[in-house]
Amino acid sequence: MNMHGARKDLLAGAVFVCFGLAFALTAGSYDVGSALRMGPGYFPLVLGGLLVVLGIAIAVKAFVAGEGGDLGAVPWKALVLLVVALLFFGYTVRGLGLVPSLLVTVFLTALAGRNARVIPAALVAASLTALSILIFVIALQLRLPYFGFWLQG
Amino acid sequence: MDILQNLGLGFETAFTPINLLFAFIGVALGTAVGVLPGIGPTATIAMLLPITFGFEPVTSLIMLAGIYYGAQYGGSTTAILINLPGESSAAVTALDGHQMAKQGRAGPALATAALGSFFAGTVGTLALALFAVPISQAALLFGAPEYFSLVVLGLIASIALASGSVLKALAMIVLGLLLGTVGQDTFSGTPRFTFGLRELYGGLDFVALAVGLFGVAEILRNLEGDITRSVMVQKVKNLWLTKDDFRRIRGPVLRGTGLGTVLGVLPGAGHVLASFVSYSVEKRVSKRPQEFGKGAIEGVAGPESANNAAAQTQFVPLLTLGLPVSPIMALLLGAFIIQGIVPGPNVINEEPALVWGLIASMWIGNLFLVLLNLPLIGLWVKMLTIPYRFLFPAIIAFASIGTFSINRNPFDVYAIAFFGILGYVLIKLGCEPAPLLLGFVLGPLLETYLRRSLIISDGDPTVFVTRPISLVLLLLALGAFVIAVLPTVRKKRDVVFEEED
Repeated sequence: MNMHGARKDLLAGAVFVCFGLAFALTAGSYDVGSALRMGPGYFPLVLGGLLVVLGIAIAVKAFVAGEGGDLGAVPWKALVLLVVALLFFGYTVRGLGLVPSLLVTVFLTALAGRNARVIPAALVAASLTALSILIFVIALQLRLPYFGFWLQG
Repeated sequence: MDILQNLGLGFETAFTPINLLFAFIGVALGTAVGVLPGIGPTATIAMLLPITFGFEPVTSLIMLAGIYYGAQYGGSTTAILINLPGESSAAVTALDGHQMAKQGRAGPALATAALGSFFAGTVGTLALALFAVPISQAALLFGAPEYFSLVVLGLIASIALASGSVLKALAMIVLGLLLGTVGQDTFSGTPRFTFGLRELYGGLDFVALAVGLFGVAEILRNLEGDITRSVMVQKVKNLWLTKDDFRRIRGPVLRGTGLGTVLGVLPGAGHVLASFVSYSVEKRVSKRPQEFGKGAIEGVAGPESANNAAAQTQFVPLLTLGLPVSPIMALLLGAFIIQGIVPGPNVINEEPALVWGLIASMWIGNLFLVLLNLPLIGLWVKMLTIPYRFLFPAIIAFASIGTFSINRNPFDVYAIAFFGILGYVLIKLGCEPAPLLLGFVLGPLLETYLRRSLIISDGDPTVFVTRPISLVLLLLALGAFVIAVLPTVRKKRDVVFEEED
């Protein structure tokens, strides 16, 4: 048995079991009702239970016949930078406005590349912000203010 | 002849300058993302969906559809020239196409791909036009129980035709269905899984989900290793076929078109399956099977035709039943809903200009593609030199702006990050993201039809098996499931998907 492969399937099973439990338990707190008059909790409760069963089946199968394949490297730096960049955009696009918010977001994203350096990333940020404004605000007439109310104090 | 009248209306709609323009923009963009590795049509359509709000519904759909089938063309270009299929269905084309290019026959390979695709696209469009009306009329007889069974069939069949673990695909569908229940319950108004956040009452945004799963997760995959593309393409010359070439591709193109037209209607990756099946068929019927893998022109002609015919007929279930068979069709379904059109059998009667305009535009789009791809081939090859470090920040920028602009809801942007990580983890663990998106889109429909059926039947669950159409659909679903798990069929299926690796 390939331990790496088994671990991969075990993890997949665990992820599904966790999601299934979370949905099923929460659904149980809503009005479940009966098959005749289904409450809002009925459908998610059944599906959550099903997901738990499927998750367990995947995990069990991992012991019997684990698929091969390594998990491989995880680009942690890129992962963190992309998430921070997206959260920053969502959090500030109204307050700071499109231009500053997008500049920072693209800059952080560009830093996520392998061997990325600060100055090229800043250039990418500046040119992509300009391009986005051209496409979204000027050509497509999307009404997004360049600078938000936080800056107009 | 109703069909002529319908097509007439379609061409009238599609030939307005604005629709021609957006059909062109769509196929050009599609070719571009098909050529560029690291960004596919699914992510592109998801990103551009928000900006088509302001368009007329037909214009928006013409452009989005163009991206889809344009990408099929673009994918084959890179498959042939640099052995890098930009799109999954082009993987087969790379086998013989790239060998031809190595032997200095890139021109004939590209011409075969383009002409085969154009022919197949034309036939596929015609088939779509022919079958749309009868199927949608039959579907008008469907009630809630039939729709429930139909959605079940769609979901199960999409697993049967996918590659990889059946259990994992099932789990992904169920997870998608569950994510689809987030938000206010339509029957009782109870907010579900919202953590008390008002922003989640409207549910998770499906553009955010699609961009996260197919855009961000893909970027993370690509950043795992070095992406260095060495583009070493000789000048492509001789973009025409000899008489002998024409004779050799005639059979494969016809067979591929037939296969693709039929297989495209099936849920799941119909177009990928079609190109693989066509390749094995051509290899089997060929008098010179030993040439396959070494630059047989038949190995390009068959799969390319199959893949493009299937790309057209994939629209049949969407336009007639409102049932998406692939993630991209699910996104187009979303485009219908965003435009305030309820997809289903009524669309063709209520919005004839929209449906027929879209169908006609596909033929025009296919013509644009031949013109765009053959003479301008050099331009697309140049695009390959765009470095990835510029490309992925652009994806993030466009995705954030587009998703935010739909509802002006910061939560939708946070959701991209959430689904990006979720998608990345699941892909890492060997789970395909496509079934999740399908489940997410079909989940609310499934629940609504289920609850409605049971209200109509006074809570009698046998309603699904006592109504004949519903019973047949469920039996088909059962059959598809059995096929998916049967060991012998599984082996064959794996062979179809893997033998050419």
